Amino acid sequence: MRRLPLTPVTASHRSAPSIHKHGSSMASNISGSSSSSDRQRVAQHRLRVIAGHLQRSAESDSVIQAAECKASVSESVAADSETRTVPRRRQEIMKWNGWGYSDSRFLFNKKGQAEFTGKRYRLSGLIIPGLKDWFEGTFGANLQHKSPATPILNSNATHPPNLNKAFVEELKSTGVPFSHDTEDRVFRAHGHCLHEIFALREGKVGRVPDMVVWPNCHNDVVKIVELATKHDVCLIPYGGGTSVSSALECPPEETRSIVSLDTSQMNRILWIDEKNLTAHMEAGIIGQDLERLLNEIGYCTGHEPDSMEFSSLGGWVATRASGMKKNIYGNIEDLVVHIKMVTPQGVIEKGCVGPRMSTGPDIHHFILGSEGTLGVVTEVTMKIRPMPEYQKYGSVVFPNFEQGVACLREVARQRCAPASIRLMDNEQFKFGHALKPQVSSLFTSFVDGLKKFYITKFKGFDPNHLCVATLLFEGDREKVLQHEKQVYDIAAKFGGLAAGEDNGQRGYMLTFVIAYLRDLGMDYYVIGESFETSVPWDRVLDICRNVKARIIHECKEKGVQFPPLSTCRVTQTYDAGACIYFYFAFNYRGLSDPVHVYEQVEHAAREEILANGGSLSHHHGVGTLRKEWMRETISSVGMGMLKSVKDFVDPKNIFGNRNLL
Amino acid sequence: MTHRFSSSGRPDWNHDEEFVDILEDRRHSSDLGHALRTFNPQPYQGGQPCSAAELTKTVLESQHLCYVAREIALETGSSIEEVTEEARRTLDEMSQNLQLGFIRLMSFTLTKVFKKLFSSIFVNMDTLSTLQQSIQQTPVILMPNHRSYVDFLVISYIMFSYDLPIPVIAAGIPLAGMKMVGEILRRSGAFFIRRAIGSDKLYWAVLSEYVKTIVRKGHAPLEFYVEGLRSRTLKSITPKLGMMHMVLEPYLKGQVFDITLVPVSISYDRVLEESLLSHELLGVPKPKESTTGLLKASSVLQDSYGAMHVNFGHPLSVRELLKGKINRCQYNFVPRDLPQKPSAEVQACVSWLAHVVVGTQEQGSVISPWSLMTCLLLQAPITVLTVEGFPWHQLTEKTLWLKRLVLNYGVRLNWSGQTSDSDVMSSSLTLHRSVVQRKADRVYLVREKNEPRRRPVSEEASVTATAKSVLMLAAYRNQSMHVFVRPALLAVALNITRSTQKNELFAFFCFLQSLFSYEFIFIPGMQFEDFEDACLLLKKCGAIRINSDEVIVSDSGQEILSFHQSLIQPFIDSYQVTFSSLSEQEPDVFTDKQFLPAVRNLATRLLLSGEVHTYEALSSDTQKNSLSALQRLEAVRKLRASENSEYKVDKAAVKHLADRLSGRVPAQALHTPPNSRL
Repeated sequence: MRRLPLTPVTASHRSAPSIHKHGSSMASNISGSSSSSDRQRVAQHRLRVIAGHLQRSAESDSVIQAAECKASVSESVAADSETRTVPRRRQEIMKWNGWGYSDSRFLFNKKGQAEFTGKRYRLSGLIIPGLKDWFEGTFGANLQHKSPATPILNSNATHPPNLNKAFVEELKSTGVPFSHDTEDRVFRAHGHCLHEIFALREGKVGRVPDMVVWPNCHNDVVKIVELATKHDVCLIPYGGGTSVSSALECPPEETRSIVSLDTSQMNRILWIDEKNLTAHMEAGIIGQDLERLLNEIGYCTGHEPDSMEFSSLGGWVATRASGMKKNIYGNIEDLVVHIKMVTPQGVIEKGCVGPRMSTGPDIHHFILGSEGTLGVVTEVTMKIRPMPEYQKYGSVVFPNFEQGVACLREVARQRCAPASIRLMDNEQFKFGHALKPQVSSLFTSFVDGLKKFYITKFKGFDPNHLCVATLLFEGDREKVLQHEKQVYDIAAKFGGLAAGEDNGQRGYMLTFVIAYLRDLGMDYYVIGESFETSVPWDRVLDICRNVKARIIHECKEKGVQFPPLSTCRVTQTYDAGACIYFYFAFNYRGLSDPVHVYEQVEHAAREEILANGGSLSHHHGVGTLRKEWMRETISSVGMGMLKSVKDFVDPKNIFGNRNLL
Repeated sequence: MTHRFSSSGRPDWNHDEEFVDILEDRRHSSDLGHALRTFNPQPYQGGQPCSAAELTKTVLESQHLCYVAREIALETGSSIEEVTEEARRTLDEMSQNLQLGFIRLMSFTLTKVFKKLFSSIFVNMDTLSTLQQSIQQTPVILMPNHRSYVDFLVISYIMFSYDLPIPVIAAGIPLAGMKMVGEILRRSGAFFIRRAIGSDKLYWAVLSEYVKTIVRKGHAPLEFYVEGLRSRTLKSITPKLGMMHMVLEPYLKGQVFDITLVPVSISYDRVLEESLLSHELLGVPKPKESTTGLLKASSVLQDSYGAMHVNFGHPLSVRELLKGKINRCQYNFVPRDLPQKPSAEVQACVSWLAHVVVGTQEQGSVISPWSLMTCLLLQAPITVLTVEGFPWHQLTEKTLWLKRLVLNYGVRLNWSGQTSDSDVMSSSLTLHRSVVQRKADRVYLVREKNEPRRRPVSEEASVTATAKSVLMLAAYRNQSMHVFVRPALLAVALNITRSTQKNELFAFFCFLQSLFSYEFIFIPGMQFEDFEDACLLLKKCGAIRINSDEVIVSDSGQEILSFHQSLIQPFIDSYQVTFSSLSEQEPDVFTDKQFLPAVRNLATRLLLSGEVHTYEALSSDTQKNSLSALQRLEAVRKLRASENSEYKVDKAAVKHLADRLSGRVPAQALHTPPNSRL
């Protein structure tokens, strides 16, 4: 148990955010925690590491009008730009050919032990003794067999920029910063699909944007879109760059100049309305900043997608994102109150911020999930909530996956799902287990051993079948404890045993470090990816079994020499179904074109998902990767509807990333 | 089609390499010891062991059954409890109660019986071990052909002997009614299905849920006869699709990852029920299954029946077979527990798959020398068989010729290399002395002895007596018909059309296939491949040459062609009898009950007058098949489907078919596009 460490993070955080407070008092229940337990320290540490690199601009506490553009001050803080959360030159803090921060990565040290470098995360600086055995055992990989990445980007790898001179000239006069530096362009030419990262590691770069622009506010975007329309330039909006749907790839057939519109500098919270509990933000703000800034004054949005360290508000809107705690706070479509988007036809927004309207089809739903094909989301008003007083992790071990799913289904039936409830299958449970950092005390390891003995020997759970549900409760302390009891009671009916907070927390950690782990795998001939779907309750077990089996089957058929890792978790629950998340990875030694094999298997897995009643995507989106299935997903008439919207809003296909349709 | 010739003979096929006689061990060790052996099978990994009671409970509590019960209660006005109670009774009547103890008992008894009846039971050990692997990976459906009651438990017997899970077996309900035997079968894993289910909604629901639950749980392989019933002609029967639909549904609805179908070919040198077969075909009704009947029939136990071959086919993955053929998303909208009429696409696919299975059964069967001999005997005029006798040396010579031909075709022929050819044939003849006899180096047909009567037997009775023996011969010939049928249809096409043009021949070939689609197994949509196979085989044995789009009969090819053609001739003649009978039909509406006697009478008349030569025209099986074919070709229309169906005949259409079959209509004029009725 722990209280949320709500005290402002000290670390290197320099200044308060630029917030115009519109409401009255702050939430009252914010208090520092008095407990000095190890866990709390860890939790504080986590927040600190997330916050640690977040350097806010020096404009700080000056009150800024909602509509005011900070372009005017941008010159004055130019020298300060490296201290921004996400600098214009992302490569200064992030990997150009892998996930996340340059200073954070997994590696096997000289002793052959896995460790995680840097200082940002809970795992940072720790030894993970179980990972090597798990890694070698699961994939048949060997630390002797390395497949290192190309260390630096060869600037000759890209074509010279194809600039539209007239556009560039006019753009200059607006004062919006831009660049056609190779690194800047390459950085914005990809998301984080396996094939994209694999190619970068090999130093291969395809078509990249010809230049990058960094608007500072809504008005900058209006100017850029006007100019692009005028000069027939292709715009591709870029938020956090965490796409896993090939949504950022430049269409190879595009002959016009391609401009990447990077929203990262539009990152202010413009105002907070405490009477209505809403906040108005620029769409480029990334998840961790948004949460941290709101936390500082006692609020949160509660929207925590696994990518929240890097993904942006605009990106969430454009892809219909889903957060881990959607059971309490809702998904992005439940959270947004107002959206402003700049299109080639002008700005689209609603005329008021009423909580619900019966005014024909909701225009927000043309914007949500439009994946950058219609315009750029510039500003969003979003619901906010007072920060929860109390937060508690938990976990339940089930004898098998079937029982676990039955339990989750019952929890959903009783509508008593905690903020987050996830059910990992046996393979993923073992995976999570392998990530246990070295325990310092003999006592802990003794207790662990005792737990294991109790579950497997005393309770008779088969270690090769048991699975674990991880839980996160939030709210008033009283209610959380009550809620917790209710959920554990249900779990008990399905043979579930409470397995402690630690297991729960580690489960969530897995989702934050999984992308870093993929980079480690790729150093040793292991490639992998995750994908997701949503499916009615009665099909959950079938789809999990069939898709996992299909992956194994296809790998064998395509000549993969080692059995793949094929694992899933039920990661969200709804009234009428669940969201399922699959991890799939294999050792590609002996294959001449591993990425092609990977793509064939993923394609087959998606076919299997659709044949089993799963959706094309629950929250990753369609991009260009899953376009081929759109027609069967939404019918020809549906395609026509979307097409006609596109034709009206963007007849010249200025927003030419060719996602979705 | 990849599996067309893949499973069948390689030119260097060696019987003894593939097959092991499982009775060999039994003859040298204790039967009791075998019955009490440790039995520890490796079941399907995803499956949990499931008792009969649990199975029943799962079925009764299923959403599907609850839904149907509610629906029926609403329709009939009875309470849901009553309907559920009815369902429970139905289940009690139906369900198996597999018990290892009984399997041991059966094993003990069967060992004794088998050793008495059969010289050997050959089992393909390679495919048996493949089966063992399949059983662990997916739910397995064993699909044997059905030629004898012996089929019924032989597979369970083999499974028990080789440590494989005992299957649950779909059986006809009459067996359940037999004292003792019904219960013994039930405890050996049989479950019982009523014969005419008709539109009994509750029964369908209970049965399909029962079957689907077995498949989904996968705790035991499911065994059923896709042909639906025991073949009286020893020829494959057009598959029945009801059970097939139930079995495949769990895959189509994604409830299992895959289903493995294992066609099993059981081949007998001599079938226990052989004398019953022709009785039934000639209209003597099938005796009701009863225990006393069985005991009476136990006289058959005194006789010997040669060898039996059980060839487990290569496992067929439903997933592989249906790849790209079916869009399973169609099941995404309606809850999967609700009964749903299969779409046309699904029906076509299921039918196709069922045909593939039966085709594979045929491929896997083992041909006996006797079957080859009957092919030749039946081509002789009837007086040769009954009066003059077929010269032994001639039969020997022709059989050896045919042996070379079929080996060239690549079939599994059970022709022992250890004994001389003439010994092989002599012993075959001895085994079948109830049908043929060798006297003074001539072979005669044995006709059932009528009780000594004063007055001479009527002509009709004499025809029936001859027909009985002929149909018995025909049954053994039928065992190898599938080997010849494709080239034979081409031979007929060559003969009737008198054309050399490939496209004309193909059109006629397709016509013959659609006409005989109930007679022989043709996989839907494979006419072209079948035609190509036919060309290839005839070319291989030197009967024809093929120039780009011409088929030319070679000088030496006539003998081979006429042999093939003569194989089909009895069927053509029999169908023509049906056509004539229907053309004479006044008025043009007739019932089920009128049809068979009318055709039989006409056939008898024509046989006596010498206008028809084949006694097979008297076979009710052929007659029924011809009626089905006419319905399919829309020359006959069923007016109402009830116990006593009425049909209306389109005489012009029938005449058209008759003319075309006798070559009186030019092929081009009647070209039906292939696959139009499939």
